[in-house]
Amino acid sequence: MPLAFKAKVALAALAGFVTPFMAVPLMLGSGDPAFEARQAITVVAPGSMQYRLPGEFTRDGRQIEAPRIELRFDAPISIMLHQVSAADYQLCVDDGACHPMASDTAIRADRPAVRVSWQDATGYADWLSRKTGTRYRLPTDAEWAFAAGSRFKDDGLASDSDDPSVRWIARYERESDRDDLSSTLRSFGGFGANERGLLDLSGNVWEWTATCFDRTAIDAAGRPQAQTANCGVRIAEGLHRAYVSDFIRDAKAGGCSAGLPPIHLGFRLVREPAAPLARLRDKLDRVVAAAGI
Amino acid sequence: MMTRRDTLLSVAASALMMSAAPTTTSAAAATPTAEEDISKLPRQKVELVAPPFVHAHQQATKDGPKVVEFKMVVQEKEVVIDEDGTKFQAMTFNGSMPGPLMVVHEGDYVELTLVNPASNTMPHNIDFHASTGALGGGALTLINPGEQVVLRFKADRSGVFVYHCAPGGNMIPWHVVSGMNGAIMVLPRDGLKDRSGKPLHYDRVYYIGEQDMYVPKDQNGKYKAYASPAESYVDTAEVMRKLIPTHVVFNGKVGALTGKNAMPAKVGETVLIVHSQANRDTRPHLIGGHGDYVWETGKFANPPENNLETWFIRGGSAGAALYTFKQPGVYAYLNHNLIEAIELGATAHFKVDGKWNDDLMKQVSAPGPIPG
Repeated sequence: MPLAFKAKVALAALAGFVTPFMAVPLMLGSGDPAFEARQAITVVAPGSMQYRLPGEFTRDGRQIEAPRIELRFDAPISIMLHQVSAADYQLCVDDGACHPMASDTAIRADRPAVRVSWQDATGYADWLSRKTGTRYRLPTDAEWAFAAGSRFKDDGLASDSDDPSVRWIARYERESDRDDLSSTLRSFGGFGANERGLLDLSGNVWEWTATCFDRTAIDAAGRPQAQTANCGVRIAEGLHRAYVSDFIRDAKAGGCSAGLPPIHLGFRLVREPAAPLARLRDKLDRVVAAAGI
Repeated sequence: MMTRRDTLLSVAASALMMSAAPTTTSAAAATPTAEEDISKLPRQKVELVAPPFVHAHQQATKDGPKVVEFKMVVQEKEVVIDEDGTKFQAMTFNGSMPGPLMVVHEGDYVELTLVNPASNTMPHNIDFHASTGALGGGALTLINPGEQVVLRFKADRSGVFVYHCAPGGNMIPWHVVSGMNGAIMVLPRDGLKDRSGKPLHYDRVYYIGEQDMYVPKDQNGKYKAYASPAESYVDTAEVMRKLIPTHVVFNGKVGALTGKNAMPAKVGETVLIVHSQANRDTRPHLIGGHGDYVWETGKFANPPENNLETWFIRGGSAGAALYTFKQPGVYAYLNHNLIEAIELGATAHFKVDGKWNDDLMKQVSAPGPIPG
């Protein structure tokens, strides 16, 4: 299987549209267009922004502030207008493809599905992709940040001090600065829209991204020297960047002993560029299947 | 026709009368200090403050005994006890869970005015573990809504002690786990000392009251809300009897002492942490710190233990721990049954400013790939 999978990815890469999210078997194309038409999608125009890289960075064996880079997107990003609703998520549950939500969840079309893990969110994306015939996936942290625009919180900590408590206390104070936020879920739009028209970013629901928790050692010029990736921990974006184990549904159990966890965990999905590529992918799928790899 | 409230009143009253009977027969043993002598003592009125803070007080005093006047108003009210918005029918001394920490010196007289406003629905009283006789004052302080009572007792031994409501029978545990508990600190007149008799001082004192809560759930597993304490009683008692709390919290709610409410301190400052649990055992621990001097059983006539990692607070008692912060950062102070701390809520944070000491700890090499 690993070899066949690699071959598939290689073929797909040759076709020019590989993404890091190819773990989903390629079996799209026969979806329900009406269901697809129901998905509320916002198209974020290409552009660039200043972006603080996620993860931890070290230089000369010392933790430093993560580098800030110019993030560019040359193609538009199609991303859901709002978080996946409890009612939509329930359709996946009813299909037997998603883990049921907590029994006291109000199954409403105007409220987000929360208490979902990264695995749950990924499962929903796979189900929705099959259901609609269009590929949906979690955004990367960079895509989320770009779509969030002014709602994206730069989590840089000014000090590269030798004193580890300086960063620690600064982060704690920033994450604590949210007294007005109750855990009560609001209807979509309750936390307002950003300049790109997307709803409820950085409200009381943190959103899962596809990005793993990486630790990178860089040299004096900022070039990466070594990296370790932990994909058992994914980034949830919102009022602050949170690193949460992928099986956690209620983040209070996933945080460290002296930080503040996300209030709720939910998600929204990115839609991959549609028709021509999907058809190409179907064709490729059939080629791959015929070749027996 | 008896209303629900009348029934609760009469149950409480009869339970108290029965249990109070034996102590009234021994009332003949007169106190050595005559009433007129007490009336000549200086009086001091103290305004109580809500935990974790503690009213201003002297740590040691050269003055003679005095009468210290306190007033507490019982407040029945709905509160929210966790981040999910779970509503709770609280019964409180002075509006906070736990009630405020009172501080006096050994030999002082505590004179408490306890008020039960007419807006309340239930009789209440107070049992001071620091006091002697009449069920800790419980038999002399039972008041109905619309009444008040004044109790005086001599603080004849030093230490930190629990007080709680004990209005008789089934009402006792219910009132306690509904919030009616707090603590009093009776300091030795010459202050705290280590085991060799050297004086000990604190720059700050924080009072943490830990409380187990038993909130009923509906058939969907969602916490139920009630319009009054009485309406919550039958369901709550059923949960209580299974002895598994739904919440174990510091100062009345999950997160009452974290985030913006984290307790501040500075490197080099000595902090006295008073910790009470009126109903259930607990085991406080300061992550990344210690208890330099710990009165685990809370009574200052016993020498403090040194350098503890975790200390045990028996249900129905208070303890005290003295610690000088040596390193800046965020410290979690929690019940080291970590399930109760993280899942049920018993976690507080200290936010300590100061300069890092590499001698005590240093990250020699930051996390990175395994070499070779």
